[in-house]
Amino acid sequence: MTLLSLRGVRKTYGANVVLDNFDLDVEAGQCVVLIGASGSGKSTLLRCVNLLETVDDGVIELDGEDITDPRADADRIRSGIGIVFQSYNLFPHLSVLDNVTLAPIRVHGVPKAEARSRALAMLDRVGLADKATARPDNLSGGQQQRAAIARALVNNPKLMLLDEVTSALDPELVGEVLDLLRELKSDGITMLICTHEMTFARQVADQVCFLDQGRLLESGPPSQVLGQPREPRTQEFLSRIINAGRL
Amino acid sequence: MSEWQPSALQQERLAYRRRRTVRSGVIAAVSTVVLVGLLVVGVGSTPGWPRVRETFFDVERGWEALPVVAQGLWLNVRVMLVCAVLIVVLGLTLAILRTLRGPIFFPLRIFAAAYTDIFRGLPLLLVIFLLGFGVPALQLRGLPNQAVIWGGAALVLTYSSYVAEVFRAGIESIHPSQRAAARSLGLSHRQTLRFVVLPQAVRRVLPPLLNDFVSLQKDSGLIAVLGVIDAIRAAQLETAEDFNFTPYVVAGILFVALTIPLTRLTDWVARRQGWYGGGGGPV
Repeated sequence: MTLLSLRGVRKTYGANVVLDNFDLDVEAGQCVVLIGASGSGKSTLLRCVNLLETVDDGVIELDGEDITDPRADADRIRSGIGIVFQSYNLFPHLSVLDNVTLAPIRVHGVPKAEARSRALAMLDRVGLADKATARPDNLSGGQQQRAAIARALVNNPKLMLLDEVTSALDPELVGEVLDLLRELKSDGITMLICTHEMTFARQVADQVCFLDQGRLLESGPPSQVLGQPREPRTQEFLSRIINAGRL
Repeated sequence: MSEWQPSALQQERLAYRRRRTVRSGVIAAVSTVVLVGLLVVGVGSTPGWPRVRETFFDVERGWEALPVVAQGLWLNVRVMLVCAVLIVVLGLTLAILRTLRGPIFFPLRIFAAAYTDIFRGLPLLLVIFLLGFGVPALQLRGLPNQAVIWGGAALVLTYSSYVAEVFRAGIESIHPSQRAAARSLGLSHRQTLRFVVLPQAVRRVLPPLLNDFVSLQKDSGLIAVLGVIDAIRAAQLETAEDFNFTPYVVAGILFVALTIPLTRLTDWVARRQGWYGGGGGPV
């Protein structure tokens, strides 16, 4: 079943075309990894799916519903999608637990006691049970990012969007976050991921998409796109990554 | 693990630093004594000083005036407290009105912008005169005609425009990524403001806000021009008896004594903000 489908999506900032006639299908339970140079449109794509940006043309369908229709209820649609940002974006004035329970209580109308126990279970799952009362400022980068993942997951989203979630982390903290994502993948959570972690992409992706200047240049199973890329630009991008020691 | 003992080098450094500290203390004390001495001698040797001391710093007259002036000050305190609450409510409302999106709120946005523009520009004294003498002169039924109420209203109108701008600056200082995170969880614009933006914005602007209330505390003395018997007016009445201005000095000392705790509180909150990390960092 196709959970997310993009057809002819276009997004511009002024004269800068960030997404150009973009097509993509994500099947339920799949993990799709977007790769490409900075400025190739990966993050913008995720922001468009989450309605944080308005598309300039084309259609994005989630579960068969056109979410790019201006008449659609954006708050309701967003509440069914989880997004995790590169810089965590936790709420610094709230404890980790309150970060996680905010949306269940205020958006989904979950009673406080239940939201709390659900949040504690989720924090336990991401290995932060002992940090529930801590402020985000007192956590390491890896812990903050795991808290942000818990905050998104606790709402049982249909789709998880992950925007370079390890890019702001110290190298020794990247592993703990990637391990968590591997677990989510084995739990069958549908994920759309932007990343520069090629080894990780090769392990977890069902489909790898290479973006170049706002276009989907090449996509397929990781062994093909990362192993035997057809397009010269993909080859060039991967060789630069290899030279940088990231693959 | 052996107990750490400072090395000979470190002990020598510590001794040097101690000597420097003592030396700094001595220099500060000497320079203070010299400066104060010069001021006392300088002012005291002016030809008019005995007369000034008599008219402004008559201790006996000051004690005599103290109860009356203090009673007036109690009115200032009450006016200030009531006004502060109203100012926060009105200021926050105005700030929120200015952040509203959507065409339906256009008139409200314009109203809030015009309000802050006008009342930040108008001199407070003028607003006090306009409301204190102008409104009762309309002779409208049902409106109160006590000067203290209209003086307080003038303070609220003027200060809420300042406070609104402080709140608005705080709201706009919250990084857009915080809104994005809140909206991505499905929170509405209103919920995002209520649970994510405002709590952080208010914490961040607490020091400048308290600063405005220090200022309000002394400006509450301006309602004396309407004839309200506050500390300033009480001092004026006392002075009128014998043309000794000491009661004014007493009122001044009482105002300073009142604002110092609030100023210290402001400093303390500001320091705590630094510790809390508001203002810095990627969020």
